[in-house]
Amino acid sequence: MDLPEWLAFGMAGFTLAFIVINAMIMSTALYTWFERRALGRFQVRLGPNRWGPFGLLQPLADIIKLITKEDTIPDEADRPAFTVAPVVLLLPMLLVVAVVPFGEDSFLGRLNVGILFIVGVTSISTIAIFVGGWASGNKYAMLGAMRGVAMLISYEVPMALAIAGVLLLVGPALPADAEGFAGISSLALSKIVESQVLPFLLVSPLAFLVFVAAASAEMSRTPFDQIEAESELGSGYHTEYSGIKFAVFQLAEFMAPIVTSIIIVTLFLGGTRGFSPVPEQIWFILKVFVVIFLLLWVRATWPRLRIDQIMAFAWKGLFGLAILNLFVVATEIEFLRTSDGTLSTGSLWLMAAINWPVTLVSVVVLARLLGHGRMDRPEPSPSPLANMYAEAE
Amino acid sequence: MAITTEPVTINLGPQHPSTHGVFRLRVTFDGEEVVDVEPVFGYLHRGTEKLAESRSYVQIVTLTDRLDYTASMSNNLAYVRAVEKLAGIEVPERAMYLRVITAELQRIASHLMATGFLLNDLGAFATPLMYCFRERERILDMFEMLCGARITLSYMRPGGVFQDAPAEFWPALDTFLVETPGYLDDLENLITGNEIVLARTRGVGILGDELAIATSVTGPMLRASGVQWDLRKADPYEVYDRLEFDIPIGVAGDTFDRYLVRILEMRESLKIIEQCVDQIPRGPIKPDLPFNLRPPEGDAYAAVEGPKGELGFYLVSDRGIAPYRCKIRAPSFINLTPLKEMVVGWKVGDLIVIFGSVDVVLGEVDR
Amino acid sequence: MYGIGLLKGLAVTMRNMVSPGRQFTLHQYPDRRVGLLGLAKQANTNLVSYVLREPAMAAKSLIGLATVKDRMPQHPRFRGEEFVWYEERCTGCASCAKYCPLGIIEIVTHPSGDAMQEGEKYAIDVFDIDIGRCMFCGLCVEACPYDAIHMGSGFEESTYVREELVIDVDRLRSAPKRPSTWFRPQLEGKGYQPLDGQEVSWKDVGRHQMPDDSELEDRWAKR
Ligand code: SF4
Ligand code: SF4
Repeated sequence: MDLPEWLAFGMAGFTLAFIVINAMIMSTALYTWFERRALGRFQVRLGPNRWGPFGLLQPLADIIKLITKEDTIPDEADRPAFTVAPVVLLLPMLLVVAVVPFGEDSFLGRLNVGILFIVGVTSISTIAIFVGGWASGNKYAMLGAMRGVAMLISYEVPMALAIAGVLLLVGPALPADAEGFAGISSLALSKIVESQVLPFLLVSPLAFLVFVAAASAEMSRTPFDQIEAESELGSGYHTEYSGIKFAVFQLAEFMAPIVTSIIIVTLFLGGTRGFSPVPEQIWFILKVFVVIFLLLWVRATWPRLRIDQIMAFAWKGLFGLAILNLFVVATEIEFLRTSDGTLSTGSLWLMAAINWPVTLVSVVVLARLLGHGRMDRPEPSPSPLANMYAEAE
Repeated sequence: MAITTEPVTINLGPQHPSTHGVFRLRVTFDGEEVVDVEPVFGYLHRGTEKLAESRSYVQIVTLTDRLDYTASMSNNLAYVRAVEKLAGIEVPERAMYLRVITAELQRIASHLMATGFLLNDLGAFATPLMYCFRERERILDMFEMLCGARITLSYMRPGGVFQDAPAEFWPALDTFLVETPGYLDDLENLITGNEIVLARTRGVGILGDELAIATSVTGPMLRASGVQWDLRKADPYEVYDRLEFDIPIGVAGDTFDRYLVRILEMRESLKIIEQCVDQIPRGPIKPDLPFNLRPPEGDAYAAVEGPKGELGFYLVSDRGIAPYRCKIRAPSFINLTPLKEMVVGWKVGDLIVIFGSVDVVLGEVDR
Repeated sequence: MYGIGLLKGLAVTMRNMVSPGRQFTLHQYPDRRVGLLGLAKQANTNLVSYVLREPAMAAKSLIGLATVKDRMPQHPRFRGEEFVWYEERCTGCASCAKYCPLGIIEIVTHPSGDAMQEGEKYAIDVFDIDIGRCMFCGLCVEACPYDAIHMGSGFEESTYVREELVIDVDRLRSAPKRPSTWFRPQLEGKGYQPLDGQEVSWKDVGRHQMPDDSELEDRWAKR
């Protein structure tokens, strides 16, 4: 008996979604354990090590605790919005994973406009944060939400521009094949991975820098963690949340680094590409792990910027760098591309050789411009108003 | 039509992660900008001054531990000096050196905590804080050797210290003196050159020297404003006149200067301790005194340069076994005076950082 | 400048992560997770013989489940709970009660009719210390003229009921006699460590050496 097509499609989709969502949640749980242990090591302490081998069952304990906690909703809160916000925040994280290639054939949705989809979908989180903060009816949450909206929207611009720089490198879409399917456009993630003979990190480091900075602002991690800013705002937009809603917020928040690392790996580190005896999936996970660790390292070390500095950094700094990158890459491609519009490996190397100096120079110039020479400190001179040495005479 | 917005008033504290205890600030924000602050004190008021009126002079030492609980030694020192002045007690040499050593160790511990929490307020996810705590832990270990406690020390007594240092204290102190400069370098590598820290602290929350003097601010905060004023030099007590050290000062009186002055002071403190270890003589550590002192009628004020500023005790005696009146000049409390002038016009994040750089301990603010 | 300070900071944290120059800030207590090496060290053997002798424990340690008992490192002067009180030495003079800043020691005595020759000893009826309010300042210890009361060295006296925190005379009598050396310098320098578990008898805690029998007789004869 044949199943009707929609049913078969639905069942398959549901099963796959079930697997992927649960895999994401499990890996997030694992990640929380990893993050806490690694942060512990960075901070010369131990991190959770009590429950289970090496403390591995700690996330389970956390989840049980959060779920069994009382779920309070403040009187002032806008109940429907308050309830729906955590789910809305979690949604884009899961949707992004759907289009990422984990291996040559490990796809969930082979979307022709994958990267566009990602940029579109991740901007939902802005709305979720604002709704959550607004609906709480708390001034701290409101402040966090306001900061969130301002910051996330600003950083989407340089992020999109950095992605545009990458897309230039990918080259034109393949022509439609004989069966009439449209060719894979350069917006598809698989195409991006495929064209990274040389990881784009090497080819255009400026785009990488801009993207990583913007992405860590998007997921609100130090030095851009203004949305939560626990030393300033309690915990920002989710100040009023508790119980399972808080758990969902935390889940989304901890999932963000994973998702971001996945995107970074796909765009800049050659995605699933690797050397042959090791399967592609392993390469992919390995790279993601390295990026996650780097983000964690930064988080463990740097303090955060102030909100106006963050905005200035986005518009005066990253925006300019992204435009510059776009311009440089476009010029290079104009001169270097072959007749069918693609780039040879040799010209990729050449571009790398040009782009690295450009990156260094532009970062230095930017630091000059933004720093306003504030960094050097004059020799202190005692104030004339009171001087104990003078009195002793 | 132009959109008009209203300023929002927010209660920062008493339950807030970075008010360093139970402090409450009623802040009015215009958007993110601070328009007005009104500090609200008294959540940790325990009536220490009143309690002191019904305790004997030795018993009050235990109360002073609980004023500035990050710097109990300095509190002990200030108090016992006031009692000694009141009763005219001679202090043996060795005791003075021990007191200076412990007070300087305590200064390092307190400054480490101030630095760590300032960085925490800056949002550095507790890493510098934990590094600072690691070092502070070693100082506390040494205090445990001296007097069996880590925070509420009660080490000093009118006339001296209660007990000589055990044999294992000196080697521990030596290793500490050898290792700490390297550690401070580490901390400075992590913080001082960090562009984010610089961007957040340079030029933020400026306290000019004029205002600082007008509001009787003391301690590292005053010195960060460029005023060279340190009781250890201006009015040397104990053995400070025999020791060589510098008084570091800041350039502009901004948050960064307040941080840097603390770091430099820690280095100076290490120097002082080193000299003390070289000079300390053998001998008694406490004169034979009755447990219940009855100082002659009169009053006395003695102040020391505590980690937070001038810490003074004013005692009035009526020949009873307890002081008739005890007034505490708490530096944390007085250093909060120019807070409003410092924060108005800055953003929420700056408010937290400026407040953190003042380095108050609420036990001392509310007493 | 130019982000060099930021990179320096990263180097510092990385160095501290891979090889903390100093120990961890935290001490695991009351039990500590150990790896294979730690276990072998504790059993005083080398690695191989330990694995051969106790394969189960070795396997446990490999998946991070092995724990060993540990305690806080603590100086003998540590002022802890569980006052150590020597009834033999105590005269019921209540100096300790008088000097306690919080007034939490309650002493009731009556003339015992014992030791009339030395001027009659008092029997202790009540000796309550409310350690729920005690701040472990040690002034009572400092005040006792007969070296009868000492600080303890424990810190694990938590209970569910406040009343249980009042240490009465029976508990003081039966408590282990492991005094802290706080304000008792005579106990120091003998290698005495309260945590080792060895108890000190009332004869040895005094400030003065106990005279031996012949000396005592001598003294009595002269009277
Ligand atoms: S330790 Fe201090 S507070 Fe406790 S009983 Fe003795 S004197 Fe009183
Ligand atoms: S413990 Fe000491 S001070 Fe207290 S009653 Fe006994 S002998 Fe007196």
